[in-house]
Amino acid sequence: MTNEILFYFFAGLAVLGGVLVVTMRNAVHSAVFLITTLLATAGLYLTLNAEFLFVVQIILYVGGIMVLFVFVIMLVNLDVALHQVQFNRQTWVAGLLSFALLAELLAAVALARSYGEENWLFAAPHVPTVTAEGNTEQIGRLLFQNYVIPFEIASILLLVALVGAVVMGKKRI
Amino acid sequence: MGDFLAANALLVIAIVKVVVVVFVLLTAVAYITWFERKVVAHMQGRWGPERVGPHGLLQPLADGAKFLFKEDPTPAGIDRFVYFLAPFLALSLALSTIAVIPLGPGQIELFGHRTWFSVAELNISLLVVFAITALSVYGVALAGWASNSKYPLLGGLRSSAQMLSYELSLTMSVVGIVLLTNTFSLRDIVEAQRGGVGRWFVIPQILGFVCFFISALAETNRVPFDLPEAETELVAGFHTEYASFKFAMFFMAEYAAMVTVSFMVAVLFFGGYFSPFPGTPAWHWTIYLPAAGGVIGGVLLLLHGLRYHTPLGRIVLPVAGLALTGVGVLCALAGVVEYIQGPFWLAAKVATVLFVYVWVRGTLPRFRYDQLMNFGWKFLLPLSLANLVITSLIVALMRPAQ
Amino acid sequence: MPPQYIPVLIFAVLAAAFPAVTLLIFALIRPSTGAIGAKLKPYECGIAPEGDARGRYSVRFYIVAILFVIFDVETVFLFPWAVDYRLLGIYGLISMFVFLGILIVGYVWLYRKGALEWV
Repeated sequence: MTNEILFYFFAGLAVLGGVLVVTMRNAVHSAVFLITTLLATAGLYLTLNAEFLFVVQIILYVGGIMVLFVFVIMLVNLDVALHQVQFNRQTWVAGLLSFALLAELLAAVALARSYGEENWLFAAPHVPTVTAEGNTEQIGRLLFQNYVIPFEIASILLLVALVGAVVMGKKRI
Repeated sequence: MGDFLAANALLVIAIVKVVVVVFVLLTAVAYITWFERKVVAHMQGRWGPERVGPHGLLQPLADGAKFLFKEDPTPAGIDRFVYFLAPFLALSLALSTIAVIPLGPGQIELFGHRTWFSVAELNISLLVVFAITALSVYGVALAGWASNSKYPLLGGLRSSAQMLSYELSLTMSVVGIVLLTNTFSLRDIVEAQRGGVGRWFVIPQILGFVCFFISALAETNRVPFDLPEAETELVAGFHTEYASFKFAMFFMAEYAAMVTVSFMVAVLFFGGYFSPFPGTPAWHWTIYLPAAGGVIGGVLLLLHGLRYHTPLGRIVLPVAGLALTGVGVLCALAGVVEYIQGPFWLAAKVATVLFVYVWVRGTLPRFRYDQLMNFGWKFLLPLSLANLVITSLIVALMRPAQ
Repeated sequence: MPPQYIPVLIFAVLAAAFPAVTLLIFALIRPSTGAIGAKLKPYECGIAPEGDARGRYSVRFYIVAILFVIFDVETVFLFPWAVDYRLLGIYGLISMFVFLGILIVGYVWLYRKGALEWV
């Protein structure tokens, strides 16, 4: 019961935050609500007992990537953005796309319903049982025993990002 | 009412613990400002707060009242929403870290339920502390931006860049301890240090400790890394445009962060709630040290208070001395003496770390900003990485082959 | 949600509610601000502020933030490795050293190029 309340709380917060991100005129306000959404998503991970994912979501997305966003937003001239027309006349394109998305979601719900009562999307999400071994330990085992190659490739990806960031950021190298 | 309590006992216990911890923490924060001013003053050959109450002991109360009743003008051109949000973020995040720190050994009996001696007992409490630390950048960055003022913006930017840079070495320096213990639970880390000074992680992890403590000084914006508040260049840094209670919130946040860092240092490197003496029978008498400390301190305070130069002091100080003696005697009673060990030693360690904090402030000059960033990226980060590599190699070599 | 997280949630809520309540109560009690004129201006350094407060600043801040994100991802990978270290054995040690080695190459490159220099 508590879990369901918390799920709807976090899910509602995430959706509300997402709506506010799009509708806010001020980019820093948008960033603040994006942070809210990301935190609510972290809360959703926690309701699913994914403790490590919860922490990583906060450390990396909220504490890392969003700080970068905020830095960039804080230093651009906001006055220009404030005087621009926020919603232009492409509403019919947006409407069409939204309808397509809605249809897709409804189809997915219908499909999920056809799998039977216990697999309903409307039912509370299936929470994995907590094992004696912690969530982080399980992830570590999977990562270093089954997925070592992707893990090593990730380091090359990070290296590429590092070089790219510095080459673009610095004028003289 | 009784039924409700019985049905929600765990919730009630949680709320009781939270309220007690928040209250104690806020009082401690208030008195750390007094402690800091006194210690720094004596280091500089001054008296420090002396007028409000005996030895200036009521100074924190006077400061609090002043903060609460001061006029609170909001400068024009600020971003109202973010301007109000920032101090809340700063304060509540700085306070929340304490929730996951183990405050004493084992479980205690509360309303007929056994409960851990901490607000929350998580198996990834170390990571949660880092998550909260990662969030605390926002209080400073947003406060600086919202103020519509040049120096706060510069201060906020500097401060957040500094916090980001030192967060890396802060997290990396702790991985060494995780390698030794294979757990993220702060309680398990403390339990691994059972058995006196020899088992404390500060010995195998001396490099990690140095990295952690320096990074923590920078992370809490303390001297010699208090660049965001460098008053000679930035007026008062990110909180220049804040007045009254909203300023006090940033102030409390800084000291609360100091307290939690001191807790982390004590828990990770200095055996947490364990006594520094080994648990062998030969050292059994050391369990009466808290009681002895209380009685001796109380008697000294009593004698000193009787000769104090103000009438109020001649009343308050002896009474406090008597109370302290009483608490000391109470601590020697069987049944109490076991329970008092954990909190006493943890508090003693935290107080020592706090003293070092203040000592550093009284001693060191401030870094220049480029020196600060170079120090973080070019010295501390490689050093903590080296500590990690060395620790992992040593652990691998010491481990019997499988 | 694992029940042991509930106290942390309560703690965070209370830690935010305490200053909010104090702020509200004392906003009613404290003398209302009759601030006019210069008092409503940003203080800055005591002299009347000139120009836009939110200008453009050094690109160094972005570079620091980007480098932070990259090295932060690296530290996050260290966590599950460190906690499983005994279990993974020498195999885990080697795979982590390869991972770190690649990133240390990047770090040395940054160092040599002077990208870590704060100018």
